[in-house]
Amino acid sequence: MATASVLGVFAHVDTTLQAIRDLRAKGFGDLTVYTPVPVEEIEEEVERVRPVSAVRFFTLVGGLTGTATGFFLTIWTSLKWELLTGGKAVVSIPPFVIIAFELTILFGGLASALAILVLGRLPKLRPSPTYDPRFTLDRFGVAVACAPDAVDSVSSVLSTAGAEEVRR
Amino acid sequence: MSAPPAGTAQATWADVNNDVDRTLLSAGNTYFAWMTLVALILACGVAAWAWQIWVGLGVAGIRTPQMWALYITNFVFWIGIGHAGTLISAILYLFRAKWRTSIYRGAEAMTVFAVLTAGLFPLVHVGRMWFAYWLLPYPNQRYLWPNFKSPLIWDVFAISTYLTISVVFFIVGLVPDIAAIRDRSTGLKRKIYAVCALGWEGSDSQWRHYRRAYGLLAALATPLVLSVHSVVSFDFAMALVPGWHSSLFAPFFVDGAIFSGFAMVLILIIPMRAVFGWHAYITDRHLDAMAKLTLVTSLVLTYFYLCEAGTAWYSGEHYERASLFARAFKSYKYTFWLQYICNSLIPLVLFWRKARTNLVILYVVSIFVLIGMWLERFNIIVPGLGYDFYPYTWGLYLPRLVDSTITVASFAWFFLLFLGFIRVMPSLSIVEVKEVLPHPLKHGAHGGHH
Repeated sequence: MATASVLGVFAHVDTTLQAIRDLRAKGFGDLTVYTPVPVEEIEEEVERVRPVSAVRFFTLVGGLTGTATGFFLTIWTSLKWELLTGGKAVVSIPPFVIIAFELTILFGGLASALAILVLGRLPKLRPSPTYDPRFTLDRFGVAVACAPDAVDSVSSVLSTAGAEEVRR
Repeated sequence: MSAPPAGTAQATWADVNNDVDRTLLSAGNTYFAWMTLVALILACGVAAWAWQIWVGLGVAGIRTPQMWALYITNFVFWIGIGHAGTLISAILYLFRAKWRTSIYRGAEAMTVFAVLTAGLFPLVHVGRMWFAYWLLPYPNQRYLWPNFKSPLIWDVFAISTYLTISVVFFIVGLVPDIAAIRDRSTGLKRKIYAVCALGWEGSDSQWRHYRRAYGLLAALATPLVLSVHSVVSFDFAMALVPGWHSSLFAPFFVDGAIFSGFAMVLILIIPMRAVFGWHAYITDRHLDAMAKLTLVTSLVLTYFYLCEAGTAWYSGEHYERASLFARAFKSYKYTFWLQYICNSLIPLVLFWRKARTNLVILYVVSIFVLIGMWLERFNIIVPGLGYDFYPYTWGLYLPRLVDSTITVASFAWFFLLFLGFIRVMPSLSIVEVKEVLPHPLKHGAHGGHH
């Protein structure tokens, strides 16, 4: 059971990447990688063992809900008070498409933003113990959750890969 | 258009944080002088609005046939300004145009504040603005719902969606940057930024969802921005008024909106670059790229102007021809011709390479574009309504003190929001600017990885 954590602080993209690969090779897969900006190479390496982010399902469901709401709202309210306006049928689809389109975008966008919060576990009330303020400046962090007796070997992997600092 | 490189080769990642942090320090006297000036102008606008509510819409010169006058002109103008911001932040993001990174935050802030400004005008225009909620669909005892076949209701939906999505997109982009500011500040400032940053840490699990969602938001904002000004144009094109009833209106409005927005971006970023010393991030290549986009949209607009006149003439339709003739040669002829000079002739100077990087020329051209685009909306609305089918209903509208004051105050309101923003939030995207800088590599320092 993973109870200890080790943090390696890196100054470079390639050393960070090396550390992630080495740790994986040694069987340490419970990693948290902190980067000041999204870096494609690191993302690819981390994503390799993960399913694709579920954000798109949020967007899809949100968007479809918007479309359905748009048509439901316009059609249902028109039938509530059957008044002919503009020489168009009571239920007149072409103008309703505009409402449905706008609500598709609105609900889809809001659902995507909600996905960032839900899937990314935000807002985060307390900082993670392995977080360091340099990670929003110019340093990369690889935090490894491991068994207490593996701390030494993890530390040595991080140092060998080129960590500037290893914190237990 | 070829995208110029970011041109920020010398700056390091830490420099970016420093250069943005620097702008959030306590502001000087010049800043407060500007804030005071715009606040005073805004106060005049509020007083004028109060007077109009007290006396009635007549004090703004609103009567038949021009029931839409300056307020709707301003509404369409300000919505249009917002479009360039979304184009830069969403459409150029999808195209992976790297030069956008250093200007997009300012442009996005401009979008949000321009839409907030535009949103005031329907409220000012309806007179009894406390009934404005009647435009929204809400359950009520009398089963009365908005008329969804009316373009004005489409507009309510389009504008409120646009405002909401722009604000969401803007805030989502800000979160990692606020976290960067948070980590380098202390005391109360740190606490406030910590709340706004939502506890962002930049961990892989946060970035992976964030990046997906950001891309999807950009993909949703792209059709949205094109739809918004199309729907605004439907407010006119769905009516039978000669000069308005045209299928040309949607693309014509969208292009004009982006054109005026680019001019506003230039008006905002040129002083920002000078005051904040951001020459390393916003280089002459960025201004050149912006100027080229302004030129392209100007040329497209000129094409639409020719189409508009050509269609009216070639249609052989009596009222279309008469409407065009009235606009060009009757009471509003000066605003008509000035519009063409500002929008079609003056921007041609941007064909000249030196003009595209000359700050004075660029600034002056941008101001003329804003004047021209404002006049374009004026020329659609006021003479369009003034000379319709039946000479008996023709009428002349001239701006009055109340509506002119509110128009000027809308600029003050916009600049008040923008000036307030740039001192409390990062107006240069820390994360995106770093992304296009060379990434720090220990081995094989070949610069950027893209």
